[in-house]
Amino acid sequence: MALTEKDVRYVAELAHLELTEEEVKKFLPQLDSILAYMQKLNELDTTNVEPMAQVTYAAAENPALRPDVPRATFTPAEALSNAPEPGANCFKVPQVIEKD
Amino acid sequence: MELTTLTIREIRDALVQKRTSAEELVRAHLAQIESDDKEVRAYLSLSPERALVQARRIDQKVAAGEPLPPLAGVPTAVKDVILTKGSRTTCASRILENYLAPYDATAVERLEAAGACILGKTNCDEFAMGSSTENSGFFATHNPVDLTRVPGGSSGGSAAAVAANMATVALGSDTGGSIRQPAAFCGIVGMMGTYGRVSRYGLVAFASSLDHIGPFGRSVRDVALVLRTIAGRDPMDSTSADVPVPDYEAELDRDVRGLRVGVPMEYFKGLNPEIGANIQKAIDLYANLGCKIESITLPHTDYAISCYYIICTAEASSNLARYDGVRYGFRSPEYSGLRDMYRKTRDRGFGAEVKRRIMLGTHVLSSGYYDAYYLKAQKVRTLIARDFLEAFDDVDVIVVPTSPVPPFKLGERVDDPLQMYLADIYTVTASLAGIPGISVPCGKMRSEPHLPVGIQIFAKHFDEARLLQAAHAFEKAGGFQIA
Repeated sequence: MALTEKDVRYVAELAHLELTEEEVKKFLPQLDSILAYMQKLNELDTTNVEPMAQVTYAAAENPALRPDVPRATFTPAEALSNAPEPGANCFKVPQVIEKD
Repeated sequence: MELTTLTIREIRDALVQKRTSAEELVRAHLAQIESDDKEVRAYLSLSPERALVQARRIDQKVAAGEPLPPLAGVPTAVKDVILTKGSRTTCASRILENYLAPYDATAVERLEAAGACILGKTNCDEFAMGSSTENSGFFATHNPVDLTRVPGGSSGGSAAAVAANMATVALGSDTGGSIRQPAAFCGIVGMMGTYGRVSRYGLVAFASSLDHIGPFGRSVRDVALVLRTIAGRDPMDSTSADVPVPDYEAELDRDVRGLRVGVPMEYFKGLNPEIGANIQKAIDLYANLGCKIESITLPHTDYAISCYYIICTAEASSNLARYDGVRYGFRSPEYSGLRDMYRKTRDRGFGAEVKRRIMLGTHVLSSGYYDAYYLKAQKVRTLIARDFLEAFDDVDVIVVPTSPVPPFKLGERVDDPLQMYLADIYTVTASLAGIPGISVPCGKMRSEPHLPVGIQIFAKHFDEARLLQAAHAFEKAGGFQIA
């Protein structure tokens, strides 16, 4: 097995996921076997192959830029309507900066 | 008149001739849902008021003798990853359990403008991640043809609703086969257009370079009519293509004699032999219709699953970073500090498959692994797309099986994610290449004659008209009941 529990915890940290001990133990062999399967791509020589970063190449180019004119958008009340903790026209979050 | 089995055309005729009303149609479908959805569990939520308001609007038009829009009175289901203003849009995830969509997806807006009546929102794998609808954060959907089996996924609720006559047509989303595979498992028609053909505005993002909205129906014509309604450039989606949308229905009956049908050998290994036998009969049927059958090769097919699962998880890990308990959705009630709030919220809000994919995607994008996985996969994606472009120099359409296996039992595969991923082999290829694909019924399994088999047809970019012609010719020639 190439992947370790430490790797799994590190990736969980990067992904902002709090995994339980059981989840780490369950995911480790699953992720390891999937990643091992993905190594199959190394059979292919891709030295002179361009990465496919765009799918829309088959169509004529879109006018991706539009005139920058103001238009109706969400009101603050609409934007906050699904917030778990709205207040004072803002999204409330736990305190980030310590007071001294 | 049985109101829940009508086609769009039949609905239109019945409305015009005043043999029924849009309101009666909606009520008949709500009654069907009331009686049958206890077992199938296709819907997550219903919107009877919205459907009835729209139905009365259609009935007024009929009464006033006004011309009816193309989908007038058509009872329609919408997968719960597509926004419907003012009603719950959960993506079948606990993290969005109480989310009320602030606007309509363009596809929904266009359907309603064309007269469709939105009955409700359908179940799916959480954030469209899965192939069985068992990954829903709420409950699993059952296949209406056999309640012990999965309806496929991720758009299993939409497929089951149409198959069980709880909607005439439905919208699903397809990232790696999530419309085509459930269509095959439930014995109906499901289509993914070319990437960019249908606006993604209002489709909750899973993997943006692969996501599509597309239709389900019980006939090719119904699917063609819905696709025409939702297709076309939308300024709200910069990847939606500015390519004219033909009148697919008007072109359905074009003769398929001389059509060059490609059969790639790579799609016939590891295939259930009974499915293989039905596909062979379908190929014979195309030959009998005067099509030219050509053996072709798509040499990079074997690499498609690795390539797909690297790209889709990478994009998912980025797209799902937005669920942090700040702006919308669930927030964990207990936490200490901001980082802990993010972590606890995401841990409690996401199910196992979503976490697994976020972990995979984060890993393949992380420092030290990016080139080996993500960049490599993007290069292989070029090779897979090139296979198709080269094949379409010689053929007009390609026919392949939709799934290597028939609908499986609930619970049978949930513990082995890699096995579940490998079963997507015949659908992820078209997704990676960005070409359109349709799955239509192709007879039943010989050993279990209630289980449907699906056949898939691919065409080149923006050649949906030809794809639909080939599918329609197959339907007309009795291909759906092939034996």
